[in-house]
Amino acid sequence: MISLSDVRKDYSDEVAIGPVDLQIPAGGVTALVGPNGAGKSTLLTMIGRLLGLDSGTIEIGGFDVVSTPSKDLAKIVSILRQENHFITRLTVRQLVGFGRFPHSKGRLNREDERIISEAIDFLGLSELETRYLDELSGGQRQRAYVAMVLAQDTEYVLLDEPLNNLDMKHSVLMMKQLRRAADELGKTVVLVIHDVNFAAAYSDRIVALRDGMLVHEGTPEEIMTEEILSGVFDTPVQVLDGPRGLLAVYY
Amino acid sequence: MLESVKRFSTTPASGPVRHSGPLPPGRARRKYFIILGILIVLAVGFGFGILAWDNPMPVGTDGFWRIAKMRGISIVVMLVVAFCQAIATVSFQTATENRIITPSIMGFEALYVAVQTSAVYFLGIAGLVAMQGNAQFVLQIAIMVGLSVLLYGWLLSGRYANLQVMLLIGIIIGGGLGSISTFMQRLLTPSEFDVLTAQMFGSISNADPEQLPIAIPLCLVAGILLWANAKRLNLLALGKDITMGLGVNHRRELMRVLLLVSVLMAVSTALVGPMTFLGFLVATLAYQFADTYDHRFIFPVAVLTGFVVLAGAYFVMKNIFYAQGVVSIIIELVGGTLFLIVILRKGRL
Repeated sequence: MISLSDVRKDYSDEVAIGPVDLQIPAGGVTALVGPNGAGKSTLLTMIGRLLGLDSGTIEIGGFDVVSTPSKDLAKIVSILRQENHFITRLTVRQLVGFGRFPHSKGRLNREDERIISEAIDFLGLSELETRYLDELSGGQRQRAYVAMVLAQDTEYVLLDEPLNNLDMKHSVLMMKQLRRAADELGKTVVLVIHDVNFAAAYSDRIVALRDGMLVHEGTPEEIMTEEILSGVFDTPVQVLDGPRGLLAVYY
Repeated sequence: MLESVKRFSTTPASGPVRHSGPLPPGRARRKYFIILGILIVLAVGFGFGILAWDNPMPVGTDGFWRIAKMRGISIVVMLVVAFCQAIATVSFQTATENRIITPSIMGFEALYVAVQTSAVYFLGIAGLVAMQGNAQFVLQIAIMVGLSVLLYGWLLSGRYANLQVMLLIGIIIGGGLGSISTFMQRLLTPSEFDVLTAQMFGSISNADPEQLPIAIPLCLVAGILLWANAKRLNLLALGKDITMGLGVNHRRELMRVLLLVSVLMAVSTALVGPMTFLGFLVATLAYQFADTYDHRFIFPVAVLTGFVVLAGAYFVMKNIFYAQGVVSIIIELVGGTLFLIVILRKGRL
């Protein structure tokens, strides 16, 4: 379980995140939604201890993210941010291999190689594993990053906008693979997502943020109402009963 | 979904052995060791050439070795400089996640020039003599390392710790020191200026053999520490977020690398003077030659390339232009051309 209590991050007098109190249960997919500047990514990076908090506590599986040594946390939680740009030229497999660092400290043994292969196969990258990242399309590269995070083999997986730059097909594929990671591998997946319909279709819980505050949380059915969505996104939203569940229409 | 399920259920297509190491077995590994071999042959060749060319005594006699021994000093100096510049530049570029700027941006050379210039400015030509000696050598290194540690420590530990800001301030300090030096040089007499100019070119013959017993252990220790840190350097190249996400304290690693880099740069600069372009050239060529992310493989190629370039330049300057030691000029000319050819042929950094 991930639990946040009274978490704050202050940028200036007007701009602040929190205080946020939130419990994310272990297992399943949790989506953080909200308009631009709501603090979704900031909250996620604070959970992933890439960004310090100004007050409050965050615990992941009982470990406090501030006081637990970073190298121990790296075996419990993995995080992928949006922007990834490397100066070195890496093959897909080499990149995914870096995910094993917390376990192997850079010396890959046979067990590591097996897990790397599994992660690559899981994301359907087997045929691309010897290709260099700069030879891949945006969607393939995004999958390679996710494979690296899976190779880290942590119970908690945090992803900041994994659907960024992906087209329809690859967005759906990515969400299905994350869904499978939660269902088959038992991971707790927390992701920031922009499209509320994707969040509703593939996640177990939705957490809605606005202006740095948590405004709603619940199952997709609970959140997908015209009143809540219109309020969160500050734009008129109509919710229809679609062929595969509730559908928000906002254009 | 179909696509991924299909792939998931069938066995992977890429052969029986799936390997994640820095150099996959086969072509890449073979290429690496061939290049390493060529560099070793070239390094030994140039080394021997410097010892034996124009040596009036027949090879192997007592007299030959006596002359060779005197020339051997410059080979040792070149080894030290190649080692320092290559490892420092590669590590610095990795830690700062770029392939363009070099550690000189932290103002080492500007500081060296400023120290030399002010010695001549305040004490006349006698000042240069006063700058020689082991104590002064250690002092120069200490000042350079101290300045950079202050800068890193101050800029990287603040609330808005930011690498870009640190580099920018480094440039400004370097630029400021440079202008002060230029101003003082304007006021020198022509003869003083002439003597000073000789110091400003990176030159192997600037080095004082007496200083080698201090320089060698210092750079060996720094180099070995960076070598031992290679696995974490590989991580640093992936950026702050990934480094932290994989459980490594990014700021501490960065500080450690920058400190070791400053030791290497200070030793090299205090020994032979400004030699930045060599570092840049060697690092860039080494990335092309080694073609891997692993610093354990990049470092040896970089050091050997550095030595080959230096020794080649020294050999040419000494035996063709009779300008012993002034290697930085030819390195910039020939090395720059070579650099452009490699980059244009490969089309990427």
